[in-house]
Amino acid sequence: MFELLGISPQVLLGQLLLGLINGAFYAILSLGLAVIFGLLNIINFAHGALYMAGAFVAWILLHYLGIGYWPALILAPLIVGAFGIVLERTMMSRLYKLDHLYGLLLTFGLALIIQGLFRNYYGISGLPYQIPSQLSGGQNLGFMFLPNYRAWVVVASIVVCFGTWFMIEKTRLGAYLRAATENPALVSAFGINVPLLITLTYGFGVALAGFAGVLAAPIYSVNPNMGADLIIVVFAVVVIGGMGSILGAIITGYMLGIVEGLTRVFYPEGSAVVIFVIMAIVLLIKPEGLFGKEAR
Amino acid sequence: MSIQQTDTPASSPIANDAGMSPLHKAIFLGLLAFLVVLPFMVYPVFAMKIMCFALFAAAFNLLLGFGGLLSFGHAAYFGGASYVAAHAAKVWGLTPELAVLSGAAAAAFLGLIIGSLSIRRQGIYFAMVTLAFAQMVYFVALQAEFTGGEDGIQSVPRGKLFGLISLEDNISLYFFVLALTFGGILFLYRVVHSPFGQVLKAIRENEPRAISLGYDVNRYKLIVFVLSATFAGLAGATKSQVFQLASLTDVHWAMSGEVVLMTLLGGMGTVFGPILGAAMIVTMQNYLATFGAWVTVIQGVIFVIGVLLFREGIIGVISRWLKRPL
Repeated sequence: MFELLGISPQVLLGQLLLGLINGAFYAILSLGLAVIFGLLNIINFAHGALYMAGAFVAWILLHYLGIGYWPALILAPLIVGAFGIVLERTMMSRLYKLDHLYGLLLTFGLALIIQGLFRNYYGISGLPYQIPSQLSGGQNLGFMFLPNYRAWVVVASIVVCFGTWFMIEKTRLGAYLRAATENPALVSAFGINVPLLITLTYGFGVALAGFAGVLAAPIYSVNPNMGADLIIVVFAVVVIGGMGSILGAIITGYMLGIVEGLTRVFYPEGSAVVIFVIMAIVLLIKPEGLFGKEAR
Repeated sequence: MSIQQTDTPASSPIANDAGMSPLHKAIFLGLLAFLVVLPFMVYPVFAMKIMCFALFAAAFNLLLGFGGLLSFGHAAYFGGASYVAAHAAKVWGLTPELAVLSGAAAAAFLGLIIGSLSIRRQGIYFAMVTLAFAQMVYFVALQAEFTGGEDGIQSVPRGKLFGLISLEDNISLYFFVLALTFGGILFLYRVVHSPFGQVLKAIRENEPRAISLGYDVNRYKLIVFVLSATFAGLAGATKSQVFQLASLTDVHWAMSGEVVLMTLLGGMGTVFGPILGAAMIVTMQNYLATFGAWVTVIQGVIFVIGVLLFREGIIGVISRWLKRPL
């Protein structure tokens, strides 16, 4: 087996896999942020809190109702999405005429409330969530050990990301959505219910966060703080990628996860900040982001 | 894109740059008189905490309320300066005034670097970029040697002012803190009510127009960013002297959120709003401390109510009633 700068391939590939998994979460979350931003012009600060809520809904379904992982993978995003729709209808819809920064402040407040409530009832120590029996164990690939569940996370995230991309870029509903992003007034003049489209888009974006939360539950312990730190990294990912394109958000998410994993191999101290350093470099060279379209 | 203040009187031009309006002068004098007797009525450390946060919020308000730039990472300057000041006082053995100044200088430097990168984006991107850089500062504080990681820098000596006057006693420290924070707030007031401040407001209201009038908009933005960071740092450095502690709490993103909340609650773009907002939030935290995470929930609720129903803030509403800028 080859050795690279004294680093064994097991370590390298292990960290690459970890990076790919982090990248999967970055991709799903930044995709949701980009979809929401496209239509609502709101940066959803509550995205991390709703990702955490997704994980908690899965845990609650299992412990109080005995509903297992697979149904939870569908149910939790639906519940989180429905909750998001309520938030959008009751609160966010009042802010569309105002400066976009108010949307950021509102969702920040919502994130504080959601996190605080879960912290009150479940503490901060974290709750374990079992890997479903079908996905326990792993494959010995000869050069490294691949846990089945982690492979599943990567596959599931790629499927969801691709599905979202397909829906937005290739279907009629997606065409409405893209048109409404460009010019909501004109689209509603053609008889399309734009407020409904906005509500559903927010629900969908938030459901993606809930889905990511369920995927994450067996890997990281279910913890009220799990979303807060992640969302800031996802913000950096979004700044690096630019929110102009769906595919851009997905690619940037995976890419930065892998870069972070590689940094953990070669310079472990830097792994926590590498994404922020990349953000600084991108701001210097291409301020609008790698895939960004708008002027600034 | 900036936070528009179309109906707050604070954005109305103040013709007389030479001095303070009589109303503001009266309020500042009343406030000063109140603060002089305050330490004999309440626990001085509590009063000092309020003053530090009032300066922090006022510095933040310079950027948001008058510059129209929402930074979501002001904890970096507040907390970063508190680490530097604590280190300067404890390890280098500097006197309190020099320790505080070195903290503020470090915050200015940090503000210069982060500011020059962040102003390349606008609106919500600006908020996200500043938040991300502040998180980077947080990770550095968590891992660096001199910050003491999870423990922070503890038992920072209060030392002797100018090497002469001992600040061990809470009352003498109180008047040191009063001079720094009140002086800082007056300086920020002067900045806002100067020709520089008028240009800032012009940029906030209509940036393309300011550019077409020949103003180097990015230079103004950077200067106001650095000023705001410096005074946020002065506040953080002073706080580290009061509590004899610099810890991760002060660089955490929650602190960045708190200062936004203080400013929003009191009234952004007003002179006295951030001071009132800081006093209210610190008092609330003090009385609700036993309720643990409920403090976070209540802060979140205030945020939501403030954004949905109460965007002018308390002083903003009073100012509208009185038809005078406050």
